[in-house]
Amino acid sequence: MYEILAREDLAPVTKLMVIAAPDVARKAKAGQFVIVRVAEEGERVPLTIADYDRNEGTITIIFQEVGKTTMHMGAMEVGDGLASFTGPLGNPTEIEHHGTVICAAGGVGIAPMFPIARALREAGNYVISIIGARNKELIFWEDKMRSVSDELIVCTDDGSYGRKAFVMDPLKELLETRDGIGHIWVIGPAIMMKFTALATRPFNVPTTVSLNSIMVDGTGMCGSCRVEVGGQTRFACVHGPEFDGHEVDWDLLLARQRIYLDEEKQALERWQAATGE
Amino acid sequence: MAKVIPNRVEMPRQDPEVRRRNFNEVALGFDMELARAEAERCLQCKKPLCIDGCPVEVRIPEFILKIQEGDMPGAVEILKGDNNLPAICGRVCPQETQCEEVCVLSKKYEPVAIGRLERFVADWDLARGMAIPELPPPTGKKVAVIGAGPAGLTCAADLARYGHAVTIFESLHKAGGVLIYGIPEFRLPKAVVKAEVDYVRQLGVDIRLDSVIGKLFTIDELLGEQGYDAMFLGTGAGLPRFMGIPGENYNGVYSANEFLTRTNLMKAYLFPEYDTPIKVKGRVAVVGGGNVAMDSARCALRLGNEEVTIVYRRSRVEMPARVEEAENAEEEGIIFELLTNPVEIYGDENGWVRGMRCIRMELGEPDDSGRRRPIPIPGSEFDTEVDIVVMAIGTSPNPLVFTDAGGLERTRWGTVVADEETGRTTKAGVWAGGDVVTGAATVISAMGAGKRAAADIDRFLRGEITVEGWD
Repeated sequence: MYEILAREDLAPVTKLMVIAAPDVARKAKAGQFVIVRVAEEGERVPLTIADYDRNEGTITIIFQEVGKTTMHMGAMEVGDGLASFTGPLGNPTEIEHHGTVICAAGGVGIAPMFPIARALREAGNYVISIIGARNKELIFWEDKMRSVSDELIVCTDDGSYGRKAFVMDPLKELLETRDGIGHIWVIGPAIMMKFTALATRPFNVPTTVSLNSIMVDGTGMCGSCRVEVGGQTRFACVHGPEFDGHEVDWDLLLARQRIYLDEEKQALERWQAATGE
Repeated sequence: MAKVIPNRVEMPRQDPEVRRRNFNEVALGFDMELARAEAERCLQCKKPLCIDGCPVEVRIPEFILKIQEGDMPGAVEILKGDNNLPAICGRVCPQETQCEEVCVLSKKYEPVAIGRLERFVADWDLARGMAIPELPPPTGKKVAVIGAGPAGLTCAADLARYGHAVTIFESLHKAGGVLIYGIPEFRLPKAVVKAEVDYVRQLGVDIRLDSVIGKLFTIDELLGEQGYDAMFLGTGAGLPRFMGIPGENYNGVYSANEFLTRTNLMKAYLFPEYDTPIKVKGRVAVVGGGNVAMDSARCALRLGNEEVTIVYRRSRVEMPARVEEAENAEEEGIIFELLTNPVEIYGDENGWVRGMRCIRMELGEPDDSGRRRPIPIPGSEFDTEVDIVVMAIGTSPNPLVFTDAGGLERTRWGTVVADEETGRTTKAGVWAGGDVVTGAATVISAMGAGKRAAADIDRFLRGEITVEGWD
């Protein structure tokens, strides 16, 4: 059992949890993820590491309630325990000194972007962060992102907070007007990463994305998370999760994310019926 | 002169029409009457050949004699003295190529059903809560075992029985390795695996789950700052192989590892009671001819797919699967398309599998494995409609564990170089055995390797032997 030490509702459907996992916390690095199982009958799901405290021995995860498993987790209280918590998995972000970097995060992608921006700043980069979401409610950790960035731009699709824009709009403007942007990170829903990476292509700036494929074990044994990058088959869990955003076959990723749509709907309806939501 | 009873006692089994739709165990097991009748067939040879045929050298005639005498606790003591996981071995060992093949009766009659008797004794013990042997005083030495599969569990159990403190690091959330994720419920009930794993725990072995070595800790860390006196690597061959043909990433193409892990470990056959889903769409093609292919095909049937076909590039004779399991598959209605190989998988506009192009094969000269090489027959391509494709064409060791394991030599196939007799690797302080050394093989050969390594590690920990570069 991995105890939930703290929890926070960042938004009606966006939850934060602090989990006791000392050995994982000792090793965790920006860009990595954990595989979580809620209960005995639960599925194994990947969640990005939003933060870690090596002294306290904790890992912070942030998730949106989108289906049965995340809703089940969202209903858990401090003191409850997760049945399994495996990590840290995946390759950590490659942190180098590039000069100026842009960290563009959409929706729940803000969570993994926070430790990445922090590490880039600690390595001496000038960090420009852009955080965006559909509306004000879905924006979180604005202050935390500001604390690890030299500049922060906040936007919402509907204009309810910050600038009315998609993340790729201020991103394009920066690429058009600033010199010396050495590297870009884009993390968010697959469709957002697809179009944002496409937008940076004409500027020839290396763009790294973090792929959120469906996973089972997360250690390279099953191939559920197969993606195609530069025409080669790769496992997101062990070759990624970060890849060159200009080389990813986005349509394949989007198709493979839809494999279990019917089953996900069925599980969600069953959960909602059982919990009376 | 003992009387020869030519035919073995039939194993009660579930009817094929019934069992093809459920995940319950196919072989139902002997009762006491059937077991004693089969035990009577053993001639108690003065120079038994069967013991040498067993990779862990179980004292077969001795435990069978105890069954003949009606001394079940005696049978258990002998069997478990040599084999820590007999309920598993009795079910999944290919006895027909091991102990039973060399049984003296097999020359003219049917060999003694040694495996079935082993299962009977093990199940008898399991039902009565499993006796725990007395353990020697602690030696003060500690050993790290990586992987809670057959090799690791056996090595750990033997080391514990020698008096050492053992910690197993297992990457999944349940112990057992292939026993829990690969071999299906209907061949090896998970309750049996759990009971055998619990036995290992009761010997004092600490099993740490969710612990991926290479990520959570590295081999060098365990030997260094974590202070283990020795290490056994039993991480298996869990890296799936794909053909590399076009269309392999369409929705509905699975590696056998994924198909079996979802079904067996994550119990997708109980969806939505269990949360992990698996696609069930109607027509399934399983590519491969080994036990994993048979298991995948028989799972596909039980999940509710109507038509399941094995597609294998060689002929029946070359199939590596256990004859018994291939026959079980056939009885259950699985179609065998032999001397056939896929060349391309087709998909629809939404990214789903809709069919496959295959080519017919003929057999040429033998290759490295000694089996006749399959050669495509030009112009013999044909298309077939299929909804799900499972690639069961082999696995190799997962390289994650080798992060920060300086000096651990591996072959070009990714397997660890290790001495066959002792399990010693090129890295001081590290032993290895099972699939991580041999490539994909059997549960029992992994157990044999675990046993031999435990004995060598024990000799080393007692100072009876030295290992260069490690103390």
